[in-house]
Amino acid sequence: MHSIPSVRTYVTIWAILTIMTFVTFYVAQIDLGPWNVVVALIIAFFKMMLVVLFFMNVKADSPLTKLFAGAGFFWLILLVGQTLIDYISRSWMPNGKFW
Amino acid sequence: MADTHAVATEHEHSPHLRHHFDDMAQQFDSATLGMWVFLLTEIMFFGGMFCAYSVYRSMYPEAFASTSQYMNPKFGAFNTAILIVSSLSMALAVRAARLGQRKALQLLLVITMIFGLAFLGVKAFEYHEHWVDMKVPLFAGHWDYSQAPQFARQAQILFCFYFFMTGFHALHMIVGVGLLTTILVMAHKGTFSPEYFTPVEISGLYWHFVDIVWIFLFPLLYLIGHTRQLI
Repeated sequence: MHSIPSVRTYVTIWAILTIMTFVTFYVAQIDLGPWNVVVALIIAFFKMMLVVLFFMNVKADSPLTKLFAGAGFFWLILLVGQTLIDYISRSWMPNGKFW
Repeated sequence: MADTHAVATEHEHSPHLRHHFDDMAQQFDSATLGMWVFLLTEIMFFGGMFCAYSVYRSMYPEAFASTSQYMNPKFGAFNTAILIVSSLSMALAVRAARLGQRKALQLLLVITMIFGLAFLGVKAFEYHEHWVDMKVPLFAGHWDYSQAPQFARQAQILFCFYFFMTGFHALHMIVGVGLLTTILVMAHKGTFSPEYFTPVEISGLYWHFVDIVWIFLFPLLYLIGHTRQLI
């Protein structure tokens, strides 16, 4: 198995995650137009990566486990991405445009 | 750490080593991989809802944004912070299990469960607020959107997503608390050692996954107010 991360590592990750929660909370109150959701999702993505790599310790897991974890995220992107591409490109949106 | 341990105990065979595995390390890696396969099905389960949410939000951005005044981002942010603390204590519980610190493991599991239950308490309070506000389209007679009648029908879609996504998330939290109760009993009985702590690790993976789902639910459901047009 793997070396055991220190308490300091876990607490540092926790602090970063908490700070990012406050950042996403306050950034949402600034009107960035369509970019609000982009910024929110980028922050959520980084928080997810911190949890996956450090709290779930995938960083130290076997390459096979890393592949599976990555595949899950890849499939999710396919699911959401391809569906949205369909909706955008076929003019299925009620107001005739995506944005 | 367990590598040396596994070699030392190989001949006497750890009581936790199943016969179809070479050693404890291989058994541990297999269990971790198996849990990740289960988590992939969970990603697809929640992914379907996230996907449908994205489509409808891009269809009716104004109606979705109009619901923001009935969501309290402070509760959402507070609950996010609570869940992150519970994830920290869960990660530390796994660490304690790996180090064979039985008392610390039990204490950290209890802390994790307390924060998990606190999350559910805040969530129940929010559901009650929505019920009082008449923002529960799932039940006849509990939907009133006369504040913005032009969005009355479309805003129902968001609230349906809200209740299903947070509801399924809360259900996963309840299952998680149940899991940790089992782990706590096992820890109390002294089942775990630095050589064998797989159930703690696996339950930890589940707990962190549920945390990640909330990390995405929070900005998508609570923080859509100020944006008029979005994905």
